[in-house]
Amino acid sequence: MNYKIARAGSGSAAATVTKSPEMREVYAGELTRMAEEDERIVVLDADLMRANGTAAFRERFPERHIDVGVAEANMVGVAAGLSTLGIIPFPGTFTCFAARRTFDQFFISANYARLNVKLTGTDPGVAAAYNGGTHMSFEDIGLMRTIPEIVICEPADPVSLKALLPKIAYRQGSSYLRLHRKPIAPIYDDSEDFELGKGKLILEGEDLAIIATGAIMVAEALKAAELLEGYGVTSTVIDMHTVKPIDEALIVEAARRTGAVLTAENHQVRNGLGSAVAEVLTDHYPVPQARIGIQDEFGEVGTQEYLQERFGLTSENLVKRALELIARKR
Amino acid sequence: MTSTEAGELKRKAIEIRRHTVEQIAHLGVGHIGGSMSVVEILVLLYYRHLKIDPKNPRMRERDKFVMSKGHAGPALYSVLADRGFFSTDMLYTLNQGGTNLPSHCDMNRTPGIDMTTGSLGQGLSAAVGITLGHRLQGLPGRVFALIGDGDTNEGQTWEAAMSASMYGLGNLVVFTDYNKMQIDGPIDTIMKTDNLGARWESFGWYAQTVDGHDVEALDEALERALAERRRPSMIIADTVKGKDLPGIEGDYKNHNMPLGAEDRDRFFEHFAQLEEALA
Repeated sequence: MNYKIARAGSGSAAATVTKSPEMREVYAGELTRMAEEDERIVVLDADLMRANGTAAFRERFPERHIDVGVAEANMVGVAAGLSTLGIIPFPGTFTCFAARRTFDQFFISANYARLNVKLTGTDPGVAAAYNGGTHMSFEDIGLMRTIPEIVICEPADPVSLKALLPKIAYRQGSSYLRLHRKPIAPIYDDSEDFELGKGKLILEGEDLAIIATGAIMVAEALKAAELLEGYGVTSTVIDMHTVKPIDEALIVEAARRTGAVLTAENHQVRNGLGSAVAEVLTDHYPVPQARIGIQDEFGEVGTQEYLQERFGLTSENLVKRALELIARKR
Repeated sequence: MTSTEAGELKRKAIEIRRHTVEQIAHLGVGHIGGSMSVVEILVLLYYRHLKIDPKNPRMRERDKFVMSKGHAGPALYSVLADRGFFSTDMLYTLNQGGTNLPSHCDMNRTPGIDMTTGSLGQGLSAAVGITLGHRLQGLPGRVFALIGDGDTNEGQTWEAAMSASMYGLGNLVVFTDYNKMQIDGPIDTIMKTDNLGARWESFGWYAQTVDGHDVEALDEALERALAERRRPSMIIADTVKGKDLPGIEGDYKNHNMPLGAEDRDRFFEHFAQLEEALA
């Protein structure tokens, strides 16, 4: 396996990465760390601070935490008002409410107004598990991707989350962070550096490129790459942590090298990562492509494991689709 | 407020109506009705109360004003131009391609606009955010907002109302331009909001209802609101949509309508009579 990154556990920080921290703990911890140095950092919640881990921020900075109750539209509007003063607000709620419910507020009061609102949605897609279909967002990236100038980021592990959060905070402009909140094993060594808009080339191979996003699918893509080795297939694997603006150069380079692109996302394939990659390929370097993700269906209830099986978000399905895709190259 | 001061504000209100009619008639169509009903509120704020500097529109210590009914932009533009934020000539670019005066208020285009609005219901949330921000940053500025009947229909306005009282935003004073007309008809036939003062009181606000075209009554209410430090204040300004426009005053159809040179001349004639009566 031709790794192009320093993998978790490989560096000097080996001891610290043996456990899988909760992503929400990393999120709240990093916000608190930034807030220690910068009084402009403010966190807003809509009655989910315990679910989202931000209760820890409130404990440290009670005056800089604003809970508006179950009123997500108002939360985003208040954040927009705060940001007119140079404050850097991080409103957060589940992805389903962040995108579906506050879309007009986020669109007009934050983005159209060119303000600086850092919206966070947690429990993306099948991670909503026992909360079921009402809470299962397979469309949030799609909605957000239609907003001009926005940055959309879905980190795959605690290391990249920690690295990308300050970049989100200190980039002028509104953004959407799609955040897994449960424990996730680190992929990267702590020394790895990340840039918004620059995908991370994890593995380099020759037969196909797997472009994945998020804490579930990047891990599944890496498992799939290992399994594919058994079939004599070498894979390029890219962690596309920033879905918008998407890293066009990296996609084109991977398409040129491998001649086949498989995308993988915990989201509708329509208007999500798969669409974004297809747009780049169509414009710059058309090659056979297949898209792993939800195929125009609503969510439903179950364990995350069940739902990954149900919607084909598994390394086994990636392997199957990868082999079909490679066959199409000939 | 002395009677001389009141007289000056009344004359200013006529002047602002004249500029606003001229702007919209120049284009031929626009949100005339709701621009006329807000004039006295704007005049009272911009010529008597707001601490602002037209030469330094982004002055950090300034008072803030959020026009939640963003479609009343033309009235506000007349005021801002007259106060010197930009030239009066610019008024006649309203809604034309490339203009800095779009139909709905835009903080990135127009000097003196503190918040981008136009999707009803969003302005009050922004005003709550600005007020909380002033508290966090220890800024001296007070925060004012103006909402309309349409905003009052929107659920988000009431979410914002709850949060303003929860956080004890005594530094926030909001006016309702209660002209009782919405696009589809009189509010009583479309969406009733009777006992409006009691509704705001029940949300924890200090609410007053006054004649929204009486600058002295508005001023007294505003002084009382500014003295209230524990609760956010709502001043329900009882107004008339299309105020002082003979023939269309009080008609819900004046929300957004064509306006020609003949209409303008008729209105100007009426304004001249009003000025004469004040002299």
